[in-house]
Amino acid sequence: MYTEKRPREFYILAAFFILFVLFLYGPMSAIFILSFQGPNGGLTFPMNGASLHWFGNLFETQAVGDFGGAFQRSFALSFMVMIVTVVVSLLAGLAFRRKFYGATALFYLAVASLVVPSIIISLGIGVLFQQLGFSPAWYSSGFGAHLTWTLPFGVLIMFAIFNRFSPSYEEAARDLGATPWQTFRFVVLPMILPSLIGVGLFGFTLSYDEFARTLMTAGTYNTLPLEIYGMTTNVTTPVLYALGTLTTLFSFIIIASALGIIVVMNRRRGKA
Amino acid sequence: MVTVRLIGAGDGKPKREFRLPGWLPPYLQATPLALILGGFLLLPILMIVTVSFWDYDFAQMYPDFVSMNYVDTLGSWVTWKTYLNTLKFAAIVWVLTLVIGFWVAYFLAFHVRTAAMQMVLFLVCTVPFMTSNIIRMISWIPVLGRNGLVNTALVKAGIVPEPIEWLLYSDFAVVLAMVHLYTLFMVTPIFNTLMRIDRSLIEAARDGGASAWQTLTNVIIPLAKPGMAIGTIFVVTLVMADFSTVQVMSGGQSASVALMMKNQMSLLQYPAAAANAVVLLVVVLLMVAAILRVVDIRKEL
Repeated sequence: MYTEKRPREFYILAAFFILFVLFLYGPMSAIFILSFQGPNGGLTFPMNGASLHWFGNLFETQAVGDFGGAFQRSFALSFMVMIVTVVVSLLAGLAFRRKFYGATALFYLAVASLVVPSIIISLGIGVLFQQLGFSPAWYSSGFGAHLTWTLPFGVLIMFAIFNRFSPSYEEAARDLGATPWQTFRFVVLPMILPSLIGVGLFGFTLSYDEFARTLMTAGTYNTLPLEIYGMTTNVTTPVLYALGTLTTLFSFIIIASALGIIVVMNRRRGKA
Repeated sequence: MVTVRLIGAGDGKPKREFRLPGWLPPYLQATPLALILGGFLLLPILMIVTVSFWDYDFAQMYPDFVSMNYVDTLGSWVTWKTYLNTLKFAAIVWVLTLVIGFWVAYFLAFHVRTAAMQMVLFLVCTVPFMTSNIIRMISWIPVLGRNGLVNTALVKAGIVPEPIEWLLYSDFAVVLAMVHLYTLFMVTPIFNTLMRIDRSLIEAARDGGASAWQTLTNVIIPLAKPGMAIGTIFVVTLVMADFSTVQVMSGGQSASVALMMKNQMSLLQYPAAAANAVVLLVVVLLMVAAILRVVDIRKEL
């Protein structure tokens, strides 16, 4: 089959795929280029010179609000969400491997968490906190709101992983006298570790970019996506693009490092 | 009788080992998830249902049991028109993402020959999904705007005499941005089901004399239906819940149910927003339930 000549269908679909990739990345590269717009340039092409003016503008506090603080909060929040998502999804994934009372209900609750509109969760948590007399903050209500978005993804991924996970490895470990903890620590965990990093990457990026769920749950201090959302209505200079370029680069770095770790792990395993 | 110990308990030291009853560990492992979803999903929704029956004025909400909020919501023309508009977006975006998503997944699964290349191309499609939605929306402005790339090119090429106004801040822009944002939710599950199709089925179809097209319509598409259903759930629920794309890309000229809710929330009309939320939730859950009749998610993961 590998020596077969490519059919005409291949070239049509390949062209379609390339168009799709251009569609995905084209607009993003437009704002990437425009963020280097000269000081007198506007929101659209042509470039009016090239400069780092708008990146500098970003760090003057008055110009665009508290960008640094918002970034720090978003980073801390995503980090917390990532850790909790990995641990809770892993535990739930282990639980779902066996039958327990309420398993189906819990599974559908996780699915519901995925399909319930974000803004409803935002409103619900906001009003709940208000009625209980707590003041909402990004690290409490915002944290919980983000978990309702990242956990179902984590649980579904764990579900998929354990569906393909043969129990014979664990049986072998048990037959050789490993305790359940040893079986988990030295057999199961190393095998699923790359997937766990994937879950963590999902948890981090989903939370870092989430804003519908943060709308009513962030409290006094904005997260970065909220800050950007606010800017879309009242900022009319390329400083918006500069911010977009920076946060996108940050996302790329996170994605690349997670993928790097996974690749290195798989190589090591291949050698061992 | 299976003996299972709590993770970390009695690590390798049989003397101090204490045994949990065999049925207990799954409950302990599932508890964190249940607590989080209970506290931040179930409780808030119950709260919304409660508040939707409350009375309110410009400053405060009053615990009560009135149906006023529902009467106001369902009795208004604006609500029905907004729902119709949202459903229209959902239908158009669903069809477009399904068609685009299927062909992209099909290309990746059946025409890319090495697993490594498959992985790389799949990642190329996935990466934008992990970046900010708002930034990806904004990035259409320099492309579609009045002086944007598309208009400049069209005018220079002499295809249109003056810039086309409806490219940005229109329903067209909303649909385009939604397709841009959400197609990946279709690609991933369809790709997943296509990869699990036994290749011998396709060879059997070919040996049986089926043309490429017949193989596609009689073998591949029927087997890809579960993936399409899961993608549909994602896309439909995301579009039904969308307010930011509609707001930014239509420039305030179009409406969606969630945007209507958001405006009520910014006016502190929480009970009205809550009534709207309950109606929206029922609509979305009914749609999902209908799709779930076609597919068993647990089997497809």
